[in-house]
Amino acid sequence: MADSVDPMNSPDPVEQKQNPMTAIPALAQAATARKPSVVSSVLQRIRHTQPRSSRLPDAAFKGLILLTAASVFAIVVFVVWELVDKSRLSLHQFGIGFFYGHDWDPVNDQYGALPFIFGTLVSSFLALLLAVPLSIGVAVYVTEMCPVRWRSIISFLVELLAAIPSVVYGLWAIFVLAPLLRDYVEPFLARTLGWTGLFTGPIYGIGMLAAGIILAIMIVPIIASITREVLTAVPQNQREAVLALGATRWEMIRMGVLRNARIGIVGGIILGLGRALGETMAVTMVIGNRPEVSKSLFAPGYTMASVIANEFSEATGDLYLSALVEIGLALFLVTLIVNALARLLVWSITGSTGRARA
Amino acid sequence: MLKQPGDASTLKVSLWRRFMNQAANVFAISASVLVIVPLVVIFVYLVIKGVGSLNWAFVTQTPKPPGELGGGMANAMVGSAVILALASLVGIPMGIGCGIYLAEYGRDRFGDLVRFTADVLNGVPSIVIGIAVYSLIVLRQKHFSALSGGIALAIMMIPTVARATEEMLLMVPNNIREAALGLGIPKWRTTLSISLRTASAGVITGCMLAFARVAGETAPLLFTAFGNQYWNMNLNQPTAALPLQIYTYALSPYDDWHRQAWAGALILIVMIVAAVAAVRISTSRGALKGAS
Repeated sequence: MADSVDPMNSPDPVEQKQNPMTAIPALAQAATARKPSVVSSVLQRIRHTQPRSSRLPDAAFKGLILLTAASVFAIVVFVVWELVDKSRLSLHQFGIGFFYGHDWDPVNDQYGALPFIFGTLVSSFLALLLAVPLSIGVAVYVTEMCPVRWRSIISFLVELLAAIPSVVYGLWAIFVLAPLLRDYVEPFLARTLGWTGLFTGPIYGIGMLAAGIILAIMIVPIIASITREVLTAVPQNQREAVLALGATRWEMIRMGVLRNARIGIVGGIILGLGRALGETMAVTMVIGNRPEVSKSLFAPGYTMASVIANEFSEATGDLYLSALVEIGLALFLVTLIVNALARLLVWSITGSTGRARA
Repeated sequence: MLKQPGDASTLKVSLWRRFMNQAANVFAISASVLVIVPLVVIFVYLVIKGVGSLNWAFVTQTPKPPGELGGGMANAMVGSAVILALASLVGIPMGIGCGIYLAEYGRDRFGDLVRFTADVLNGVPSIVIGIAVYSLIVLRQKHFSALSGGIALAIMMIPTVARATEEMLLMVPNNIREAALGLGIPKWRTTLSISLRTASAGVITGCMLAFARVAGETAPLLFTAFGNQYWNMNLNQPTAALPLQIYTYALSPYDDWHRQAWAGALILIVMIVAAVAAVRISTSRGALKGAS
């Protein structure tokens, strides 16, 4: 009597009938897919009814999904194509000299991108110089030192820093940071470090230094969050092993954690660099927008992204527009290389998804 | 007595080591403070300057001509909403589709290629996307439009949504898929109603983060949506957007416009922080963590 089914306890009888009916043909199909000779006529009939109802939708679904995936690839190809196509005029006219010519003269149709390349590089490296120690400090503090309770609060605050839009940073930099620099920081730097030649000349507040600082604030969350992930990925035994040898906490962090994570941290730094190179709005608002190459960090400058932002919609003349697009193309290629490098380094530490799963 | 010099030297070393340890502590703490301070300062300024400038006119009126007092950013807020809705409408389905491909089918060469291009796209400077969309749509149509702005932002949303979707789908245990397939449910149905549904909390998180990321974007809108001083409901016309308006007003010489730029920035940031905080709360409570 054990086999008899109690009608009260049995689940939905219809469903019970349905399940074996649908499960068997699927199994049978799998088992006999390549051996049609042994299939009985009944099984054959079932086999043809079930999959036929789902084969077409399945194929359609896969096609649709494949299409969206392919379109992502197509978008990138299309972006590159448009950039190359639209900059062809300037590429032919100036060749490689475009990148070391320092005259930017729309009136006489003379274009050289050196001041912009210089501005982009100097502001980005200045930002890295300021942001790297801070980000590593925050990441080390969050993962190794701070009370567990604060951990998520500090990470959340650092994350918030990444959520502030570029234009709001720019607004703040114009009305708060630049006056602060002009009235206090830059006079002080000129007095104490003026002899280096990096801090001389008229003080405006806006300029390369302001751009570097605002960029640093913007890339700290990127470098800090990657560093935090990489540090979390360092196995706990490493820490315990070093501590067991009698190391202080700092020695443990230096030898057991940072040394193991250094490739990933470098990856994070390069990722931050990629962001700094392409950052547009905040920099445009405070860098001063003057295409000149100056040793002093007080002097106004111009970056590749900001010249596009400022002049693209007003560019008259095909060559002018083409020169601006060529700057965009250069910016794209540089960030592409920088990001690919960073991804490879980060992936080598945290695995292919690039994110720690903590 | 022979021990004495040895003891002294170990003591000296340990003092040095202790000092280094303390120095590292101080450095890490001050670095954290230095990072948090700008955040606090920015928020304080936004609240002080922004709240003082918020008024009824600001959220209901369009901009006044340059130099005149008053007016508001109502058209920019609506314009932003339209552009962001367009971007989400295009970007989120495409991102999710791409993520499904990567997680469920993309274990091959093409999958790796798509994964790599998604990462490339994520790193493309937003201004470059602006140029590309300008050449694709604006140059062909010969006028700026909300549509082109929405597409530029959609392109920026795709990689974030795609990678978040992929990651979340990969966290769905395979048993669940097998159970569904074993019941004879077709693969497409399994993917949509079983896998994607199980991963929905994380996928929504990814979408919200992508939204928050593009909500404040200005650079790609400069030569696509372009901005507009008046009401515009036509998708084919230049449209105002909040970030664009903040940018224009911040660089203008008028105090009243500066004031309004702060108010606009406050509205923008409240919107974005609300989205990020909602994500944070839902992920810390939800079953699937990891997409933050």
